[in-house]
Amino acid sequence: MMDEKESDMVTIYVMGKRYRVPGSLTIMKAMEYAGHQFRRGCGCRGGFCGSCATIYRTKGSYKLQGALACQKIVEDGMYIAQIPFSPAEKRIYDLDELRPEAGTFLEYYPEIARCLSCNTCTKACPQDIMVMDYVQAALRGDIEEAAKLSFDCIGCGLCAVRCPAEIVPYNIAQLARRLYARYVVGPTEQVLKRVEEVEEGKFDEEIDELKGLDRETLQERYETREKRL
Amino acid sequence: MKFPYYPGCTLKTTAKNFEASALASAGALGIELVELPRWNCCGTVHSLAKDDLMHYLAPIRNLIRVEEMKEERLVEEKRVVTLCAMCYNTLKRANAVVREDAEKMEKVREIMEKETPYGGKAEVVHLLEVLRDLGWSKVADRVERPLEGLRVAPYYGCLLLRPRGFGIDDVDNPQVMEQLMKALGAEVIDIPFKTRCCGTYHTVHMKEVAAELAHRILDQAVEAGADMVVLSCPLCEYNLAGRQDVIRRLFRDFDSMPVVYFTQLMALAFGLDKATGFEQNDPDPRPVLRERGLLREEL
Repeated sequence: MMDEKESDMVTIYVMGKRYRVPGSLTIMKAMEYAGHQFRRGCGCRGGFCGSCATIYRTKGSYKLQGALACQKIVEDGMYIAQIPFSPAEKRIYDLDELRPEAGTFLEYYPEIARCLSCNTCTKACPQDIMVMDYVQAALRGDIEEAAKLSFDCIGCGLCAVRCPAEIVPYNIAQLARRLYARYVVGPTEQVLKRVEEVEEGKFDEEIDELKGLDRETLQERYETREKRL
Repeated sequence: MKFPYYPGCTLKTTAKNFEASALASAGALGIELVELPRWNCCGTVHSLAKDDLMHYLAPIRNLIRVEEMKEERLVEEKRVVTLCAMCYNTLKRANAVVREDAEKMEKVREIMEKETPYGGKAEVVHLLEVLRDLGWSKVADRVERPLEGLRVAPYYGCLLLRPRGFGIDDVDNPQVMEQLMKALGAEVIDIPFKTRCCGTYHTVHMKEVAAELAHRILDQAVEAGADMVVLSCPLCEYNLAGRQDVIRRLFRDFDSMPVVYFTQLMALAFGLDKATGFEQNDPDPRPVLRERGLLREEL
């Protein structure tokens, strides 16, 4: 048990239930401190995987806010609920059969036309992405702008949960980046070269060696990976 | 003179020929159209419900961008130039709503919260108004290839003219496109239905309704011996040009009638052949333009 001073503790409410937790913890660690165990809704713990979308209100505020549980520090009086998954229609498409134009977005995600530019999605984004702007860029067929604006998206789903038009912005973003890579930029020289190297078996030996290592050696290699580079 | 320019979605998709010809021909007159660095949908269709503030967010947001551009000295004008009649109408009417009603302006600001508030200083204009302000003689001076012998029928539709107070010209008998065409050297053909409905969004679910309405307009142009119809609205263009296959099915004696944007004829008259974009028009206006000796064979 950690040694905490009472003055460092804050009160949070997880799904309405009251807990006293150290005020320096992230939402995720605070919930674990309070006894919750994550099976879903937790991934990298580093703010990259987008698994731990959380909505919260702070004391005295009417505002419903969004954050990644592994990044946001708890505040006294915070009400918290996890949204580990946002149900969304994920359309199946063959990238080679698509065309890099506005009509493609409208065909696969026609609800995008319901965007009123209210900007609620942008305000919900824990990555500070201009979500509404990239949805609008997609709507007018500006694939490059949509791909670039959405580049930092980690697919946490908070934009989709908040959108009053029930658009799923991250699906639009992913389609935009795929179209951008496939049709606007095309396969780059480096990628083609690397694929060739992989196919020629340049890395087979290294992979085989890694496969044969025991857990401890693997862990040691992982922890010292940056020193060795 | 540098103007902020709001394109709207059709100018970037189905009406690229409208944008290219407008930017080039306005530029040739010293009117530099600088696209808003950030913009979203105009709001498509002005909402008539008085408490429907959500629908004003999109247009007002674009007007905030105009004010920002002016502040950052990217442009000299606070008049934002539009080309699409729908964008013109939606932006202009939303602007009026929040300017005239302080309570609505405040509510819009509250919804937008921490975003830059709208100062109410942007003005919405259509390129035809800017050209009229410049003066028809200046336009005529720039003409390299007068459109002599070309018989054009201007068509306005609704959104450039109505409701009263929001139009760019007289509601019943607009003349601005006629004056432009005359300055370019073309022969103007007047059609009584030049302000009638093109069928608008009926084209989505009841294309026969749109085709029937479009036919009434086109038929007058045919009867009057026009070579082509000239207009400024991508939706009108869609119905008047794009629905001619349906029109031919419904009206056996109808043949075809080219429909072009006014800026395409400007580009042609100014000798900016590459910016005309006629290859995107269907029906193709090039055969009749060649017939009149206005277009080189290879274009």
